[in-house]
Amino acid sequence: MAQIQSPLPGTFYRSSAPDKPPFKADGDPVAMGDVIGLIEVMKSFHEVRSEVAGTNIRFVTDNEDPVMAGAVLAEVD
Amino acid sequence: MAVKVISPGLSATVQDLGRPGYYHLGIPLSGGMDRFALRVANMLVGNDEGAAVLEAVFMGPELEFTTPATVAVTGGDLPPKLNGEDCAGWEAFPVKAGDRLSFGFLKSGARAYIAVSGGIDVPVKLGSRSTYTLGALGGHEGRALKAGDELAVGAGGAGKGSVPENLRRLPGNPAELRMLPGLYWHRITAEAGKRFFADTWKVAPEADRIGYRFKGGTALDFVPREQPFGAGSNPSNIVDACYPYGSIQVPGGTEPIVLHRDAVSGGGYMMVGCVISADMDLIGQLQPHSPARFVEVTMDQALAARHDRQAALARVRAHLGL
Repeated sequence: MAQIQSPLPGTFYRSSAPDKPPFKADGDPVAMGDVIGLIEVMKSFHEVRSEVAGTNIRFVTDNEDPVMAGAVLAEVD
Repeated sequence: MAVKVISPGLSATVQDLGRPGYYHLGIPLSGGMDRFALRVANMLVGNDEGAAVLEAVFMGPELEFTTPATVAVTGGDLPPKLNGEDCAGWEAFPVKAGDRLSFGFLKSGARAYIAVSGGIDVPVKLGSRSTYTLGALGGHEGRALKAGDELAVGAGGAGKGSVPENLRRLPGNPAELRMLPGLYWHRITAEAGKRFFADTWKVAPEADRIGYRFKGGTALDFVPREQPFGAGSNPSNIVDACYPYGSIQVPGGTEPIVLHRDAVSGGGYMMVGCVISADMDLIGQLQPHSPARFVEVTMDQALAARHDRQAALARVRAHLGL
């Protein structure tokens, strides 16, 4: 199992806009470089990309939760 | 050339102590958001305290040195790594040509100051090397650093040791920001004034070098008035006035914004007061969502705090034998 951590402090979003589906749903496969969410800080949004590949992603941080740098956003098997 | 930017992190800019003297023309102070940490970084590498350094926010850059130098990283706890190996913050260390400096995840604080012996040698604009990105002025081409940038460094010397935790200065939890109530304090009700100080606020994610916005406290109640000629219709509007560095405006009465180093110099929002100069460095180390309170002080207390801050710098100089 690998963890995907937030590189930045800010607010975590799982989709590109409120009316859009999430980048990834729990249980989805993940390829290296896939966008799994966004971090909002200093008036801009930063893509979080997976640095691992796996068959099953599980989010441990909810949409719109505040996060610290290094916070675990998701786990990948 | 002496420093090559491999990756810039979120936003890394060249900063020194700033560009005072032009605020009346709309050109802000700029300079480091935490000038205490900036000064100490320079002391550690044997520079003048006002030499230009790199300010990195929330996420470190990756840098490669093309000539030998002495380096120190101060400010928030953004753990430095030399060629992938952990090294200490608030401590001078030598680098060789080809060495790479990178950073782990930010553990606390918000901004790190990376000083290189000799100082970052960008052109001086209006008396300062500081970057004002909105005005594309100063720093490296008037902007935040990008991958591939190369920065010249002046001639420098050896490191001066390290600074222990008890000589550093970082905000508490919640951060306590001392403030002097100001010219427009009379615009809010006595009850609203009490709540302003009693509430614990949280740093909004959009806080940046221009201003720090705070959320989560009680909206201000205003004293009724007749709208003055030239002021907007919202009760938080005033006839346009100068905005001091550190002033706390509350647009719409809902979310206070403390103007910081890259702020606009005037506008039409009432200000409830000013954060004292001694505490502006603390704001520069606040992460999004971190709690903060405003604490009322008198002018005498503000001036005493300024002396305390100068004494804290003097203790660091004495510790380093400067």
